[in-house]
Amino acid sequence: MKKFKLQYKPFGERSILIEWPQIISENVLRSVLLYKQELENFNFKQKVYIKSAYNSILVSYNSTINNIYDEILTLKSIYSDGFDSKNNDSILWKIPVCYDLEFGLDLDEISLKNNLEISKIIELHTNENYLVYFIGFLPGFLYLGGLNKQLHFPRKNAPRLQVKKGAVAIGGSQTGIYPNESPGGWNIIGNTPLDFFNVGNQNPCFAKAGDKIQFVSVSRSIYFEILNQLENNTYHIESEVIYD
Amino acid sequence: MIKVLHPGFYSTIQDLGRKDFQHLGVPMSGAMDMHAAKMANAILGNDADCAVLEITMLGPKLEFNCETVIIVTGASLSPKINTTIVKNNTLINVNKGDILSFGTPINGLRAYLAVSGGFQSEIVLNSRSMYQSITKASSLNKGDEIKIHTKSHISKKYSAIKMDSNYLNNHVISVYKGPEFHLINNEQINKLFNQEFTVSKENNRMAYQLQELVTNNLKDIITSLVLPGTVQLTPFGKLIVLMRDCQTTGGYPRVLQLKESSINLLSQKKVGDKIKFKLKTH
Repeated sequence: MKKFKLQYKPFGERSILIEWPQIISENVLRSVLLYKQELENFNFKQKVYIKSAYNSILVSYNSTINNIYDEILTLKSIYSDGFDSKNNDSILWKIPVCYDLEFGLDLDEISLKNNLEISKIIELHTNENYLVYFIGFLPGFLYLGGLNKQLHFPRKNAPRLQVKKGAVAIGGSQTGIYPNESPGGWNIIGNTPLDFFNVGNQNPCFAKAGDKIQFVSVSRSIYFEILNQLENNTYHIESEVIYD
Repeated sequence: MIKVLHPGFYSTIQDLGRKDFQHLGVPMSGAMDMHAAKMANAILGNDADCAVLEITMLGPKLEFNCETVIIVTGASLSPKINTTIVKNNTLINVNKGDILSFGTPINGLRAYLAVSGGFQSEIVLNSRSMYQSITKASSLNKGDEIKIHTKSHISKKYSAIKMDSNYLNNHVISVYKGPEFHLINNEQINKLFNQEFTVSKENNRMAYQLQELVTNNLKDIITSLVLPGTVQLTPFGKLIVLMRDCQTTGGYPRVLQLKESSINLLSQKKVGDKIKFKLKTH
């Protein structure tokens, strides 16, 4: 794997930010996740919390770091050590989405302005495997990469005060799923019955950075059947392991 | 048990926060003035992670259904037991049927009520800190009943630590350079450190916006990680200081980062209060 030139910055008295070049790419993400994995396996002297985004890692320590520059040297040594290792296996999750107009409140508008039949929008949206870059913004909100250019559509000028839980939407060059009911300015094209954030589960969000998401178009009746199965705990999300 | 006769303006149960789930986009939460909350627990002899009640400006009215020992720290919000005025930072013996209420806010914005053994509210994702969509309730409501330990279960190891409320009068907010500090010019740096800023009415547990603008032509950054205490500079020139309930990621340039103790101090500031940034180095 390509070795990137990284920058290390103290971020307050308890955190160190590690930055990759300012680009969004799958290669950068793979490098971020590899380093993150090495950091998670490292035996730190105190408890640390490690988070990642597109091109950065934040290592936060439980209490003030005595000498932040010494600690940066420690982090640097872990990067070179971990250079040859392999990413954890990623998972491709198949997410059922009902693109019925009942849910896809903005399908008509996108169809009109982007000059695409609704069936074409669904085809383009379900054809792609989207890379999960990280989880942020809201609990269980996945930052996904890979939306087809023909589907890019600007955010709404006035956000909706209430977007339904499970809404599948497009905001600019991004697509995403609202994990819970919340205000939101993205254009809604469908809805998934799946829970992307459930505090009752041991792992509240099934997906992780580095996984991939595929949307699968389902009918209204299948949508409600899945909802039912979820309630009875008999639904299993379809998934495949992706090997590097 | 404690019964909520009136919830006050905005009262939430908080502890040290929800640190283990940030990678899933879950806000850290926890007491805004962590120092005051920790001191309340320390003086009572509680564990540091005991949940306390964070009281904002106008306090609640609470009825105790058992004997216990309590303490109020942080802002001076004129606490009373029944009709007797009580002091902040002092252990108070409470009897069954006693009513704790608050009066005029005198100094600071957020007070902390700790009870012996801590509030026994629901734990979600390893924390009792209330947060919408995570905990069932996002603040106290009239008629709520919160479990607490009865006095017979409490060890009497009160601490002799003293808490001093003088910090509430300080208005200097210590900051470190943020990850995008190098993108701002000298004129902007001068403005940041030589002028006073005013807390705007947009201030809550998520963020404090400041009134005075710092004009800039900075572009958004690739969405990256933020922390409580991160100061973002928007294209419009607004400074936004992220607080304990902030999102885990953001796309505005992060020009400053508050020192932990300054997050506590800022939590005590209300709309119209003046602050001044002071740069610290590592």
